[in-house]
Amino acid sequence: MTTAATPFRWREPSILPGFGLALGTTLTALSLIVLIPLAALFIKAASAGPADIWAVATSPRTIAALRLSFMGALIAALVNAVFGLILAWVLVRYEFPGRRLIDAAVDLPFALPTAVAGISLAAIYAPNGIVGSLFAPFGIKIAYTPLGVMVALIFIGLPFVVRTVQPVLEELQSDVEEAAALLGASRARTIFRVVLPQVAPALLTGFVLAFARAVGEYGSVIFIAGNVPMVSEIAPLLIVIRLEQFDYAGAAVVATMMLIISFALILSVNLIQAHARRRLGDV
Amino acid sequence: MSVAVTIETIEKRFENFPALRGVSLDIQPGELVALLGPSGSGKTTLLRLIAGLEQADRGRVLFGETDTHDLSLRERRIGFVFQHYALFKTMNVAENIAFGLRSRPHRARPGESEIRKRVSDLLELVQLQGLEKRYPSQLSGGQRQRVALARALAIEPRVLLLDEPFGALDARVRKDLRGWLRELHGRTGHTTVFVTHDQEEALELADRVAILNDGKIEQVGSADDVYDHPATPFVCEFLGEANKLPVKVVGSLAFFGDRPVLGGITQNQGGLASLYVRPQHLRIVDETPLALPGTVEHLRRNGPLRRAEVAVEGLKKRLDVDLASQVAPAIGERVRLRITHGNLFAAA
Amino acid sequence: MSDTAPPFVAAPVRRKSAHGESLGVRIALIAVSLAFLLLFLALPLASVFVEASAKGWEAYRAAITEPDAQAAIRLTLLVAAIAVPFNIVVGVAAAWAIAKFEFRGKNLLISLIDLPFSVSPVIAGLVFVLLFGAQGYFGPWLQAHDIKIVFAVPGLILATIFVTFPFVARELIPHMQSLGTADEEAALTLGASPWRVFFRVTLPNVKWSLFYGVLLCNARAMGEFGAVAVVSGKIRGLTNTMPLHIEILYNEYMGAAAFAVASLLAGLALVTLALKTFLEWRFGDEIAASRRH
Repeated sequence: MTTAATPFRWREPSILPGFGLALGTTLTALSLIVLIPLAALFIKAASAGPADIWAVATSPRTIAALRLSFMGALIAALVNAVFGLILAWVLVRYEFPGRRLIDAAVDLPFALPTAVAGISLAAIYAPNGIVGSLFAPFGIKIAYTPLGVMVALIFIGLPFVVRTVQPVLEELQSDVEEAAALLGASRARTIFRVVLPQVAPALLTGFVLAFARAVGEYGSVIFIAGNVPMVSEIAPLLIVIRLEQFDYAGAAVVATMMLIISFALILSVNLIQAHARRRLGDV
Repeated sequence: MSVAVTIETIEKRFENFPALRGVSLDIQPGELVALLGPSGSGKTTLLRLIAGLEQADRGRVLFGETDTHDLSLRERRIGFVFQHYALFKTMNVAENIAFGLRSRPHRARPGESEIRKRVSDLLELVQLQGLEKRYPSQLSGGQRQRVALARALAIEPRVLLLDEPFGALDARVRKDLRGWLRELHGRTGHTTVFVTHDQEEALELADRVAILNDGKIEQVGSADDVYDHPATPFVCEFLGEANKLPVKVVGSLAFFGDRPVLGGITQNQGGLASLYVRPQHLRIVDETPLALPGTVEHLRRNGPLRRAEVAVEGLKKRLDVDLASQVAPAIGERVRLRITHGNLFAAA
Repeated sequence: MSDTAPPFVAAPVRRKSAHGESLGVRIALIAVSLAFLLLFLALPLASVFVEASAKGWEAYRAAITEPDAQAAIRLTLLVAAIAVPFNIVVGVAAAWAIAKFEFRGKNLLISLIDLPFSVSPVIAGLVFVLLFGAQGYFGPWLQAHDIKIVFAVPGLILATIFVTFPFVARELIPHMQSLGTADEEAALTLGASPWRVFFRVTLPNVKWSLFYGVLLCNARAMGEFGAVAVVSGKIRGLTNTMPLHIEILYNEYMGAAAFAVASLLAGLALVTLALKTFLEWRFGDEIAASRRH
């Protein structure tokens, strides 16, 4: 079929109509809404000149904000990986009252506007809030500290791990676990050596999605963060502040740094996934 | 220890569906037993009960003299080969085979070099040397099957259980593996029970065949026993083909309508009965007192044999008759059939 | 556990399994899950309604009927009413091209459509300020022609479309891919016109996943905060959407009023969840991508 004689073709022939119209609409909208504006961002950042870019990129405030956004997102995604896995396991494997309701409720962070989440999290994790007041006597402040940032990032990343792991757990064949048990493996060994390795790719995917979402999160964080420069100021907030100071180039440089770091991380995880898939067959 | 596994009046129900209804079976050490039956007959449930993957509602499973009720899965030491092999796809072949050994409690666990030796011995046994580092997704169906078998054998099982061992393979590979498994059993001598719905497989491989139907064992016996002397109409119809004739037994003669068709009957249960006759036990004859007249309506080839379909008056279904080396009759020809062998069951 | 049921039993029976977790472990895992959800989902949601009603019904009514709040509600509905249909058209077009044809660069196109998911909403707003703001690339030209995009409604709409761009397409693509092209080809050979094929064959097949995508797209469009915060300028009564109105009230220490407006959006979220759950339950097989976000 595909020999050297086959001429180069952009697309396979089809009798269905509308390819040009559909692809044209898509590409036009994509270019106008997403690609050209993002290109403008990179051009703006580059136009600042090497010296200014370096100054913005290495300013302690930029580094602190980026570190908080990325480290906060990393920790929140790790927390979500652990609890999301447990939650997915419980929802798939156990029968208990309210299971269906909880299953539905997991998607709340997808549906609840981030500003609403932000003010309500701030209210309950503040020192006089229902949860915050439990920690206040021990001198632990949650809201208005980096801890508050984590809380918000955990909230918005919560569904990602559950929703990527859940279908994989549902499709696991029970005979593999039975085989392990018959071979003499303890339940713990069966879970850690047999079940979890099969879930690992999905878990990693969910982790990356939660992480990517958390890095850029703004709405739910700023209400609970306290927004103290160098301490609890996230990178998106720093962009907004630079913008309000009409420092467009500064905002563009911070934004570009965020995008480049995120894309590099996502790309490297995708490469790891692709490698694992090749070895294990389609997992 | 004269019996390896004793199954005593097992009953098992799933919700409202009785899967097993009082099943008893003794399995001798070193024996190769087939559980044969149609789907839904309870054969897989019985296998899983022996393994301990299901708990019986009533009855016991004994290994030797030991009641298995309180044994953990590990203590049972069952080698189980699942229908779809259930290989651990995140582990390579060697890790799969070694899994059972590495799962032993610390003091009973062999050393790493011992494990490696065992793995390589087992790979040799199942003829998969050199594939240690492959992952299950990189193996053919037949190779996966043999890895699953090696993995089950690695724990030196008391009993080897195989669930439809050839079910997921294509016809050619099945035939090869069948002979190979028989030979392997001869060499290792493991007490083995396997489930199949394929009668040919069961009859060819097993020392004894247990035929299940509707949650009960219909008959247990050697291949010749169950084939030549079926204990129930179900066994007769399930194993091979059989023509069914409604007859009436008077004295030592069976009558179809008012015509005597079979003589020499010793079981002296008079009255209505069903006579089962295999196609090879019907012969076209010239003249004989005990004969069934009919008309040849169709001729076809069934593998090496030719077969005639003969319509008999008073019988809705045409009789299948194997024409071993006889001269074939013509279609429409009137013939007389003699029954050389039949199985008689009192009408239910 | 259901996983030990033999294949021929229709309804799995929950029973003591020879190889499941012990009861203690099960209870502990369920308890951990419930505690986690209580802390991070149930309490925040409940607090919205508790705080909203803290000052009584009259204050609640006043907070959502005052002119600025009403303007914010109207603006939020307007933005969604433009952004969502736009994304439906583009999403359907993208799904048609990607699911029904084979062409080079398809995977790249899918990645680009998903791109807004991994871009911070603040950056989504920023890019439009950089293009259309007073100091932006088109700023001088726009000013000369007296067109306002940033700090005006068009900017809100553009930023909202950016952040909701993937929602419809990513629900439709996997579903339409799984359906293949046989139905459409059959309809064409029977002489149906292309538009008739689309509206009578393709669309009915995917209507539930389309609705599902629209539902999620709408929830995000109405609730978007970061992107619109950057382009809005937050002019009360003019460019203030509901989430932005909540922020202003909150920062002015009008907590109860902020939560009152927030309760409307939380109500929208609950309706969205209920519809989503219903769709997954009723049309789960048809909504191909329901489980991956």
